[in-house]
Amino acid sequence: MRDTRRPLLVWLAVGAAGFLLVPWYALQDSVFTLGWVAHLATREAAPALLQIFVHGRGWLAPLGLLLAAGAAVATVAMTDKARANALIAVGATGFAYLFAQGFLIGPSGWYFESLAATLPAPPRGQFGMGLGAALVVTAFGMLFSLGLAGRGCFKGDPFVTASVVGVTALVAVFTFFPVVRILVSALQDNVGAFSLSALPDRLFTQKIWGLGCVAASTRCGVAWNTLTLAFLCAAGCTALGLAFALIATRTGFRHKGSLRVLTILPIITPPFVIGLGLILIFGRSGLVNQLLEYLFGWQLGRWIYGLQGVLVAQVFAFTPIAFLVLIGVVEGVSPSMEEAAQTLRAGRWRVFADVSLPLMRPGLANAFLISFIESIADFGNPILLGGNFGVLSTEIFFSVVGAQLDQGRAATLGILLLVFAFGAFFLQRAVLGSKVYTSLAGKGDSGLPTQLPDGVRRLCYGVALPWAAFTAVIYAMALTGGFVETWGRDYTLTLRHYTKAFGIEWTAHGILWAGAAWNSFWTTVRLSAIAAPVTAALGILAAYLLTRQKFVGRGAFEFGTMLSFAIPGTVIGVAYILAFNVPPVEITGTALILIVCNVFRNMPVGVRAGMAAMSQIDRSLDEASTVLGARGFTTLRTILLPLLKPAVVAALVYSFVRAMTTLSAVIFLVSAEYEWATTYIINRVVNGDYGVAIAYSSVLIVLMLAVIGAIQWLVGERRLGRRAAGVASAGLGELGGSAA
Amino acid sequence: MKAASIEFRQVTKRYGEVVAVNNVSFTIGAGTLVTLLGPSGCGKTTILRMLAGLELPSAGTIRIGGEDVTARAAAERDVSMVFQSYALFPHMTVLENVRYGLVVSGKSKPRAEEQARVALETVGLTGLDARLPSELSGGQQQRVAVARALVLEPSVLLFDEPLSNLDARLRRQMREEIRDLQQRLNLTVVYVTHDQSEAMAVSDRIIVMDRAVIAQEGAPRELYEQPRDSFVAGFMGDANRVRGVIVRRDATRADVTLGPITLSLPHGGAADGECEVAIRPEAIELRHDGDAPLSATVKKASYLGQLMEYTLDTPIGALFVISTAVDRPLAVGAPIGVALANHGVVVIPNATRTP
Repeated sequence: MRDTRRPLLVWLAVGAAGFLLVPWYALQDSVFTLGWVAHLATREAAPALLQIFVHGRGWLAPLGLLLAAGAAVATVAMTDKARANALIAVGATGFAYLFAQGFLIGPSGWYFESLAATLPAPPRGQFGMGLGAALVVTAFGMLFSLGLAGRGCFKGDPFVTASVVGVTALVAVFTFFPVVRILVSALQDNVGAFSLSALPDRLFTQKIWGLGCVAASTRCGVAWNTLTLAFLCAAGCTALGLAFALIATRTGFRHKGSLRVLTILPIITPPFVIGLGLILIFGRSGLVNQLLEYLFGWQLGRWIYGLQGVLVAQVFAFTPIAFLVLIGVVEGVSPSMEEAAQTLRAGRWRVFADVSLPLMRPGLANAFLISFIESIADFGNPILLGGNFGVLSTEIFFSVVGAQLDQGRAATLGILLLVFAFGAFFLQRAVLGSKVYTSLAGKGDSGLPTQLPDGVRRLCYGVALPWAAFTAVIYAMALTGGFVETWGRDYTLTLRHYTKAFGIEWTAHGILWAGAAWNSFWTTVRLSAIAAPVTAALGILAAYLLTRQKFVGRGAFEFGTMLSFAIPGTVIGVAYILAFNVPPVEITGTALILIVCNVFRNMPVGVRAGMAAMSQIDRSLDEASTVLGARGFTTLRTILLPLLKPAVVAALVYSFVRAMTTLSAVIFLVSAEYEWATTYIINRVVNGDYGVAIAYSSVLIVLMLAVIGAIQWLVGERRLGRRAAGVASAGLGELGGSAA
Repeated sequence: MKAASIEFRQVTKRYGEVVAVNNVSFTIGAGTLVTLLGPSGCGKTTILRMLAGLELPSAGTIRIGGEDVTARAAAERDVSMVFQSYALFPHMTVLENVRYGLVVSGKSKPRAEEQARVALETVGLTGLDARLPSELSGGQQQRVAVARALVLEPSVLLFDEPLSNLDARLRRQMREEIRDLQQRLNLTVVYVTHDQSEAMAVSDRIIVMDRAVIAQEGAPRELYEQPRDSFVAGFMGDANRVRGVIVRRDATRADVTLGPITLSLPHGGAADGECEVAIRPEAIELRHDGDAPLSATVKKASYLGQLMEYTLDTPIGALFVISTAVDRPLAVGAPIGVALANHGVVVIPNATRTP
């Protein structure tokens, strides 16, 4: 046996450092600026030991005793099994106690009235947990993991054990806890007291479920609005996606390559760019409106705002995703089946109607549901083009941000949105799980895809090509709109908006980032660059655990890591505010919450890309490595990661780009100090400052294109033969779902 | 190298409801080559993987060299394995593959490389150090896999169907080399295969597995000549299973009647009365003279080059026969006399069903 005590001592040292040396509670400033060193004795910045003895926070003492107990377990001679059991006990108790005291004692004493009545009041309250608490809780988690590994769990591999425990704890804190918190909030009235009637009272109102638009001329409830929009959007996206997919695979269309470009658009585009483009064309001073007014004197006004505008924008935005799903399905329909039908005397039309289309049915359902989920989660387009047409995501936003400031209502709407999203999500999984006719087994299928019947082909061309042209026009608008003085009134060419946003001045003190957008731009780039490697690492690690390790609760583990995939961004945003605005984990308004939010929202894609890539690597490779004496971590590092390089890079790029362009969740979490590029743009649009908004959007799009292009080029240069070829594209292709 | 013995004591492996290995016990002597033989799904690979530490048993004890390793992780066992797919790391060169085990266990790179070169020489593969596995032939990949396992000087070396990816000719050559290597270096080798001729050719002893338990264990000749039950008789080469009756017996032998013939055979503990008798195809003599004990008719005939295969209709049932008399083939429908040799006809003690 190798020495199991060394890692134990290392982690105990980490725990001791957290307990004795660094501030226990979160500080006003970042702990990394080291400003606290001078104030180490104050009751804000003191380590736990001083907190206990000097500042009267005696409830922290058991944590110190437990750490001491851990040290005793590590040093006293005992059997391996007894030591393992003792470590499990100490680790679990410490972990549980630390969170328990955090949730029971808040800034002004006991959190719960009932406790305050029965127990003596603590001398003072406490703040959110800081670096010290984080180190100590990590140490307890590691003791627990080492104990489990010592008992032979996870084949006795400490790295695997610690990874499972760590990822589980992180997902519990940053995904489950916020979701639970939003559920609890919906059951509280506005002063915080529990009330079982609060949820139904808020849920069943005319504003949500009203049907006024059917019978009378009043407005319909937001729930109906959301569902109607999503249904229409999904139908439109699926039809268009199918048309594109058929053109790309079943016709002699010559510019198939350019169709593929379509699939990359939704990844690099901030979610509201399409809306912005539509406003430039159909808005009050849009091109079309002005032309019609000039020619016929028609005053169209704000006709684009409302269901029709949001619908058009969403269909533009999400058709590429439906296309991406359907092209795989259409390609997967085995040509030999169609050839078999042909040899059985079926004409082209019969082959298409009787064989090809039915085989694509599960794919169509999948594309429909994915577009549906995208539509209900979308926030950017409804807020730009919705006008009086409210949907759940925008209503949630206005409940929190607007004059209402009704968190309970936001929570209730959030739950409703969550239910819709989960419903569609599980329906999609069920559809995918039950019937997949297409086989992508990699078996050579030598047949040629059958060409489309003429009528179908003409229909596809007739629908898809104008739509593609229109998409190009919108992007052209969004890219060029920033170069004119004032859209709709003064088309003089100017760089004014770019200098306003991104002006750089040379001064005596060096470069001055004078543009108004630099602050949010650099924040976004910096925090996205921090979030991306964390996201990729967590995603690949979870994928490794899910594909390569067997353990009890694997199903629950997978559900946990994939959960945030199905949660709309606005719901995550509200949940994070509710969960992390108060101790014990008080991180709203910091850079940390923005990083964490992006990490856990984008992690499922990393997990899926990692799982797809890992399932292509034969298990016997890791087994060979294990038999040759390598532990879990060494195997992951020396065997799997080199083979997974394209997937790792794809996960990195994807999480960076998605973090850069995200809007719906971060809009709740930004602060004056940490502003996001997308929220800055939205604010400019809301203020009618289209020039800067468009300039900023186009800078983002070009930057994202450059990043993806550079990475594709770099990765493309060193592919490891056939095995890896598909992985990079598969990784980027994994985007399906959860835009916005 | 320090070859070690192996002991499995009442080992069981369950996957949920499925029992893959059911209460299996055996020992393997140091420096011997033992084959686990059986059809797919019989549990032989699970036993190998438990030996390697890739699976942990649900119950029972595993000892290697007298030491209890039941709960020990794979990385901490003194065991190496050659995988069915070879599992060569595709991103590493031949030399990097072979030295991998030494490097992860903390050897310096120059020392590891030196040892790796020696191991490659042992398996007869020199001058290919800088190649990637994808640039090697199947046989060369196989040798790299063996070298990679050997270089750690394991006390037990495991082979999981190592020849299944090679063509027939290479298979024969490689199995001879593996046997030769095992004898030369005095290794304890556990070898898994579903091919009985491969097992017979390389093994000191064979453990025949059937449905999660050991069906029979012994030297190759013992298994072929004295199968304990119908499964082993059928699995260890072709066997015609016919119904016989034990009419008289002493301590070891019995008189068994097969239709009109009576033979004196070892009874192996079979009960009196009806019994099952296995007749190897090569134990059946075709006679052209008229006084053969059984008269038969040719039902099917196939020409295989070096021999003929016949199916005969006889009074004791259909018999599958091979004949080396290729130059005088029998036509379908032709009458022929049949006699049984003393060798290659056995009473099966634990017949699962009477034919």
